Amino acid sequence: MAENEKELLDDLGGQEYKYGFTTQIETETIRKGLDEQIVRLISAKKGEPEWMTERRVKAYRHWLTLTPPTWAHLAIPEIDFQEIIYYAAPKQQRRLDSMDEVDPELKRTFDRLGIPLEEQMALAGVAVDAVMDSVSVKTTFRETLAEKGIVFCSISEALRDYPELVKKYLGSVVPYTDNFYAALNAAVFSDGSFCYIPKGVRCPMELSTYFRINAAGTGQFERTLIVADEGAYVSYLEGCTAPRRDENQLHAAVVEIVVERDAEVKYSTVQNWYPGDREGRGGIYNFVTKRGLCRENARLSWTQVETGSAITWKYPSCVLAGDNAVGEFYSVAMTNHFQQADTGTKMIHIGRNTRSRIVSKGISAGRSENSYRGLVRVGKGAANARNYSQCDSLLIGDRCGAHTFPVADVRNASAVVEHEATTSKISDDQLFYCRQRGLSTEDAVGLIVNGYAREVLAKLPMEFAVEAQKLLALSLEGSVG
Amino acid sequence: MLSVKNLHATVDGKEILRGIDLEVKPGEVHAIMGPNGSGKSTLASVLAGNEKFTVTDGSVEFLGRDLLSLSIEERARLGLFLGFQYPVEIPGVTMANFMKQAVNEQRLFRGEEPLTAAEFLRMMRERSAVVELDPKLTARAVNEGFSGGEKKKNEIFQMAMLAPRLAILDETDSGLDIDALRIVATGVTKLHTAENATVVITHYQRLLDYIVPDVVHVLYKGRIIHTGDKTLALKLEKEGYDWLINDCRE
Repeated sequence: MAENEKELLDDLGGQEYKYGFTTQIETETIRKGLDEQIVRLISAKKGEPEWMTERRVKAYRHWLTLTPPTWAHLAIPEIDFQEIIYYAAPKQQRRLDSMDEVDPELKRTFDRLGIPLEEQMALAGVAVDAVMDSVSVKTTFRETLAEKGIVFCSISEALRDYPELVKKYLGSVVPYTDNFYAALNAAVFSDGSFCYIPKGVRCPMELSTYFRINAAGTGQFERTLIVADEGAYVSYLEGCTAPRRDENQLHAAVVEIVVERDAEVKYSTVQNWYPGDREGRGGIYNFVTKRGLCRENARLSWTQVETGSAITWKYPSCVLAGDNAVGEFYSVAMTNHFQQADTGTKMIHIGRNTRSRIVSKGISAGRSENSYRGLVRVGKGAANARNYSQCDSLLIGDRCGAHTFPVADVRNASAVVEHEATTSKISDDQLFYCRQRGLSTEDAVGLIVNGYAREVLAKLPMEFAVEAQKLLALSLEGSVG
Repeated sequence: MLSVKNLHATVDGKEILRGIDLEVKPGEVHAIMGPNGSGKSTLASVLAGNEKFTVTDGSVEFLGRDLLSLSIEERARLGLFLGFQYPVEIPGVTMANFMKQAVNEQRLFRGEEPLTAAEFLRMMRERSAVVELDPKLTARAVNEGFSGGEKKKNEIFQMAMLAPRLAILDETDSGLDIDALRIVATGVTKLHTAENATVVITHYQRLLDYIVPDVVHVLYKGRIIHTGDKTLALKLEKEGYDWLINDCRE
């Protein structure tokens, strides 16, 4: 290993997680552990209709028959599901009518996270639903959206105010039988966001959900459901942070997206859960199921920037059911220290002339393990299906791992499936060149990494792209003097 | 400005520089010539601080500072510029972004405010004209897909942006056609002032038609074996290095 690369590795060590604070808010939690009673209790806490309670119980019973998946390239310590608290909510007496009524400490938390919940939002044109621990705290801009018939609220509110919509779509893309963590989520999900864009409506602003785990010993199991009705359009953003803790916390979310005929959904995530410290202690286990269903001429685009979490297990997927549907997946996954990520996508081509595009950029540093796992399936009826996949890996240092597990399962002879993959390192020559122009090693690495990820970052909405660039540089930042 | 004394350097245990002495004063242009493998590029790399090489003996003073004790970026910020023989590509990073960071890094070092986007763009437009660099190239990724000529122009463009005290140009003329050579060389001359100095490493006299050197050195086997004025370059062009090398063997 070249001298400056050794130095570089040392430099990378000093990364500080700036969202690692805890907010002193009174939290209401229930006893830890999981049984049918807990499942019913969560449902009761949320004042859910009977059918919802029964769905949860059904999911719980199914979950009992399952075991955690082991096929990923991840070393996951055994999780004791009885040691987790499945419901924690900032204590609030009643529903709030204006921002002034929100707990000032809570407001401060969101300010520190850089989420402008108030008037700035109008300028930014972003409507935010902030989920702290398990409960949705405040949804901004609901009235503006309501004029267009757009529903954007917490999933608990949706269950109360739009039960028919929820009943119709919840679990329709990711059924509780899908996998171990999806079943768990279906049983104990506490809150999340719901979004419905009516026929032919173009959502005039970016919709955004910010998730934060605050309380100790809790898991977060949010559920997001987005429905874009025929010809509708929405761009949706999701951000996540958590305090630094020595323990591992479980985050098992489910995101379901229904993209009806001629509709389009863009879903962007900047995932920055606490990654653990440099020795690999603590950090979030991010085990997430995300999937969208595309009808005729529909388009779904996933963009993710994954820098956080101790372990990431996540494959945002597209089921291209209708003819001419288009699925896209743009991903930057960065791991450092002892982080592990096994992430990628599934593109399931069912309709004719369906197209998909996958661009995955992995960045591994420290002793981390970073895997891309992808499945492109072309069904018998998917005539003229097209897929293009590009999977690049960038290695920093020689103690990390980058792996690619692409699978193509093509059952229609008229399909064209292309796959390209590259693995590269930041070269000493590149670093020397940048430093000769006056950049520090750290800035040079940040610049090169951002350049490498540019194609994906360019897919993010503007404000998010800037945030993501900083985040990438920050995650590699060290203590160079 | 630059004072190199008895400089020795190795790469992978092999000694490449074997006692270099070189004095460069403000306002001067030096040319370093010599056969392939004589250590010209190594000298440039070592002065810039490339960690591939190990300095085993000697000292270098630059603007009153002990150059060898400084990091690569400190040398750069102090005003030492290396025009690369083989400029590297940095995919996805635009020239504009790259230069903005470099220029602001240097300003920070001097205690100056960073340039605003508008000021920076104006500066880029002015300086790219020095080497007739197509301004569109500044929106492209650093050196990516640049032709050989564009890469070399781009080096001199960066020199124009950073306005160094000492520029070391490592075979900036290699791979250039006649027109590009004239443009690049004229650019270097335009940037020359009484306060800064240029060290040109080259194989060919033709570059020195444009960049007229005050001093010409011949490097051979890691040592400067001969120093003269600009007529030396002409003589070398005509007669080659043999007469010097034979001289040296005696």
